[in-house]
Amino acid sequence: MQMLAVFQYPFIQNAFLAGSLVAITTGILGYFLVVRGLTFAGHALSNIGFAGAAGAVLLGVPPVIGLLAATVGAGLAISVLGREIRERDVAIGVIMTFALGLGILFLSLYHGYAEQAYSILFGTIVGINRSDVWVTAGLSAGLITIMALVGRPLLFSSFDPELAEARGLPVRLLGSLFLVLVAVTVSIAMQVIGVLLVFALLVGPPATAIRLVRRPASAIGLSIILGLVYTWLGILLAANSTWPVSFYITTLAFGIYLPVRYLSKYRMERNIPGDRASARSATAESIQAENISNMRSSPDSASSMKGERHA
Amino acid sequence: MMATQDPVISLEHIEVQLGGRPILQDVSLSIKQGEFIVILGPNGAGKTTLIKLLLGLVKPSAGSVRLLGQTPRGGLREIGYVPQRRTLDVEMSLRGRDLVGFGLDGHRWGIGLPSRRRKEKIDRALQEVDTLHLADAPVGQLSGGEQQRLLIAQALISDPRLLLLDEPLANLDLAHQQEVASLVDKVCRERGVTVLLVSHDINPLLQFTDRVIFLANNHTAIGPVAEVITSATLSRLYGSMVEVVFAKGRYFVVGAEV
Repeated sequence: MQMLAVFQYPFIQNAFLAGSLVAITTGILGYFLVVRGLTFAGHALSNIGFAGAAGAVLLGVPPVIGLLAATVGAGLAISVLGREIRERDVAIGVIMTFALGLGILFLSLYHGYAEQAYSILFGTIVGINRSDVWVTAGLSAGLITIMALVGRPLLFSSFDPELAEARGLPVRLLGSLFLVLVAVTVSIAMQVIGVLLVFALLVGPPATAIRLVRRPASAIGLSIILGLVYTWLGILLAANSTWPVSFYITTLAFGIYLPVRYLSKYRMERNIPGDRASARSATAESIQAENISNMRSSPDSASSMKGERHA
Repeated sequence: MMATQDPVISLEHIEVQLGGRPILQDVSLSIKQGEFIVILGPNGAGKTTLIKLLLGLVKPSAGSVRLLGQTPRGGLREIGYVPQRRTLDVEMSLRGRDLVGFGLDGHRWGIGLPSRRRKEKIDRALQEVDTLHLADAPVGQLSGGEQQRLLIAQALISDPRLLLLDEPLANLDLAHQQEVASLVDKVCRERGVTVLLVSHDINPLLQFTDRVIFLANNHTAIGPVAEVITSATLSRLYGSMVEVVFAKGRYFVVGAEV
């Protein structure tokens, strides 16, 4: 196919390699983000990271350093915030937009290349060189190794933090570690898709996968596969046109999520033994609304098990 | 099924403080292997605190507590715990067998490889609570009674000697309450597991209960139902006039919140 001729160019090869690594790590970390109901926090991390990256540019330091510092710091801060989700959303939203404002200030003060700002925001996938790929590979290997070690207890404490704590798991520590890992993932994803659109790879594939398969390991696997497909297609399409990579990836991610989301409602109802399905889904909306509006405010009060909230 | 001589749980003059004020005061009790104990009392009386004491999540400010011959600490495999909860989120992407599997090895680090032994263990646990047909169903879409049975299977799969259930009958309709209550009793008798079950209502559990621990107003009463759920005992506990009426095989408590 004439389209594949672009592979002869090293910068396309680098884009593919870095993009694949990012798709794998965002596929894994994003699944936990969705299950823990922290997708909005994930989005906030990338926006706060933007302020860090822009600040680094202003100081003449590599933007990824500023990005890492800001995202890791913000991740730790979010993990010690109160557990009330509603309050968290507002607080995070305020901080996130303030960070965006700061970032815009830094950019306006910077009298250098505007391209650098653009690439932080929207990705620079065609500007990735071979050493960037190696760094990405190293960080990805580290992320995947850590997730392999803590994935199971993290999954357990994501679904049932109270029981996990009773079993002796360090639930809060796991939560903080997780957000630090997300921060690093966002930082390496910046080069492929930019901080503003990281959400597409971090949430799109896992949210879609969760609607299609139920077993956690399978959902993570499908999430990785979807991420890879979106990234590869995105690069291929962008290389053969004048439109940006991140646009294609974002469009694919959500173009596929939306129909899956609405069609899966029918799938779910058909899989329950007995004829409880229709009665259950009628009460489902009200129970979900009740769960979201009820908060875990005291250690002794009843708690619910967590599930998807934002996808 | 045979009660051994050594008590499974013993508390001596236990005091537990929460936020500076005493929740449990001078509580002494001893529970034998295989007993079915129901913990009753109004909200805030310390029922959940007592459970957390046994789980090692809360330390006493006075007195001593021994559980299976040791000091309670987190992560004891001999304890199966079913925490208090509302309902499982409807869209939760988890199957029945995944939920039960957490009870087996959810706390272990590293990647677990699927094995036939593991699958068989999970199937047996599902079978014991009569939910094998729900193994692949999404848990969020099941009825409250079915979810509760899965959660009990999750607590039982590690073969505990002690089963702690915090308000397992809450938010269940009457039929499901009876279903869960008789399941817990079956587990108690067949496996010889000691059961401590926190509840607001003794009635669904009347035919299964060996003894009751009633916590109210920083006072405690322990004994068989007929001795504890009386006007005299409850009035003493609450420090006010409480009347207990037993009619049509059910207990009604008038003048106090249970």
